[in-house]
Amino acid sequence: MSDHEYTPKSKFGKWFNDRLPLLTLASHLTDYPTPKNLNYWWTFGGILTFCLLTQIVTGLVLAMHYIAHADMAFDSVEHIMRDVNYGWLIRYIHANGASMFFLAVYIHIFRSLFYGSYKSPREVIWIIGIIIYLLMMAAAFMGYVLPWGQMSFWGATVITNLFSAIPLVGEGIVTWLWGGYSVDNPTLTRFFTLHYLIPFLILGLVVLHIWALHVPGNNNPVGIDIKKPSKETVPFHPYIVIKDGFALLMFMIVFAFFVFYTPNILGHADNYIEANPLVTPAHIVPEWYLLPFYAILRSVPDKLLGVIAMLSAIFILAALPWLDTSKIRSAVFRPLYKQFYWILVADVLILGYVGAMPAEGLYLLIARVATAYYFIHFLVILPVLGFKEKTLPVPLSITEPVLGGSPNLAAARNKESFNK
Amino acid sequence: MTEKKTKRRDFLFTATYAVGAVGVGATVWPMIDQMNPDASVKALASTEVDVSSVNPGKTITVLWRGKPVFIRRRTTEEIAEAKSVSLKDLKHPEKDEDRAKDPEWLVMLGVCTHLGCVPLDQKGDYNGWFCPCHGSHYDISGRIRKGPAPTNMEIPEYKFVNANTIKIG
Repeated sequence: MSDHEYTPKSKFGKWFNDRLPLLTLASHLTDYPTPKNLNYWWTFGGILTFCLLTQIVTGLVLAMHYIAHADMAFDSVEHIMRDVNYGWLIRYIHANGASMFFLAVYIHIFRSLFYGSYKSPREVIWIIGIIIYLLMMAAAFMGYVLPWGQMSFWGATVITNLFSAIPLVGEGIVTWLWGGYSVDNPTLTRFFTLHYLIPFLILGLVVLHIWALHVPGNNNPVGIDIKKPSKETVPFHPYIVIKDGFALLMFMIVFAFFVFYTPNILGHADNYIEANPLVTPAHIVPEWYLLPFYAILRSVPDKLLGVIAMLSAIFILAALPWLDTSKIRSAVFRPLYKQFYWILVADVLILGYVGAMPAEGLYLLIARVATAYYFIHFLVILPVLGFKEKTLPVPLSITEPVLGGSPNLAAARNKESFNK
Repeated sequence: MTEKKTKRRDFLFTATYAVGAVGVGATVWPMIDQMNPDASVKALASTEVDVSSVNPGKTITVLWRGKPVFIRRRTTEEIAEAKSVSLKDLKHPEKDEDRAKDPEWLVMLGVCTHLGCVPLDQKGDYNGWFCPCHGSHYDISGRIRKGPAPTNMEIPEYKFVNANTIKIG
């Protein structure tokens, strides 16, 4: 940011900017040089910002009508749905908004995995992103507890009990988290407080995420370093703003479809039954976006090891910049990695599917194989691939493949020689 | 700067850090401890249950400290079955005599030791309880036989106040 020279035109603007350089910041953000070959997978950062703000605004409104008390929470949610003006709309946006948020974040993460955006010099952006993802999961889990339905109660019971797997202090930690001897009113009130707090922590981390992004600048589909500003970049405004805006509109169509046509399809019918500490629902399932990790938890027959495997599956991502030993960022030039990438995508989808199924018979076997593969991908395949893989030649500039019509250098060169 | 002066300053720094650490600790601890069970939660620590209407072969579930407690009046066949199990077959070896003081009455926390769900009565492969969440099977003594749960279902502190009343806690 320091490389940016800017002087406001108006006298007042100059006076103000000398005291607080907000206009310099705004100018940096509008002129920010962006690689001109960014595709639509790069629009999910903007979409995620929209998701976060939607959750904060609708959540603020819901908090005006919701009562965080074990005896009243369930009824107050029904009160929002039936009595509060547009309460149904705001709650459905908030509930489906969580799913849309995770949909977008998964695309955003897998974009990084494909184009190697986590690699040097963008490791800090990536790690901040993983912390945001962890906080999102915490916020989503606690938010799901607030309606105090059967899934809320038993989901909270199961997840907080994960901590009881810790040797010696586990039981004490669980009692401390609950504020009692079971999930009850003290648990609900503290979850509400934290659910309210976490989005603002995420907001702060998003600022750091973008700040860290603006130091090296965006990665791009070719995955090479570019000079900026140069002929290879375009200013963020209006080019990227328009492109992000269009993608956001498309995304909002999907969002609106869920809100208006199938608002409960991603939820669970059991959560419309008030919490009952004496009866566990026959089939406990977390929300869809946590299913792969749930499958990993259940695939290990030992309690402590299951919890360790589940947490490792998340934390292993933070070590990814060092596990992937390849110097080439983009999968476009890594023919073997590209195949393993799609196997990983399939593996995670399979884990998600078996996570929703009962943990027995064939499902359990598939879950175990898929869990093993998940760790093999990160701990064995990626480190080895960096040394063994024969990568394709990488172009010297992003203009080369853009003009050639293909990001593949060989194809681009063939075309050039053909034209000559 | 002489050596003596440096030592004096070092002492001041160390003393300041020490007092500061105690101060931070004393401030943070109330913030942490406020989340532990409060006096009103602790006050509900015991429950008395009338079991005169429970027939052999039936289980009742009562709430104690927000958790379900199973009270099963076992039949003679069930008692025989529970006693016949060899300790070598158990993941968490416990004799039935140690779990049910009066073999007719099994009083235990109805909480799966895996992740805290309530197991279903008279289900599963061992004629005892089955946890629907992650598939743990318990026998008629509440001992874990199959599945991810690490230990047997817990036996709370309880005693017979008279022939018909059990006091839990």
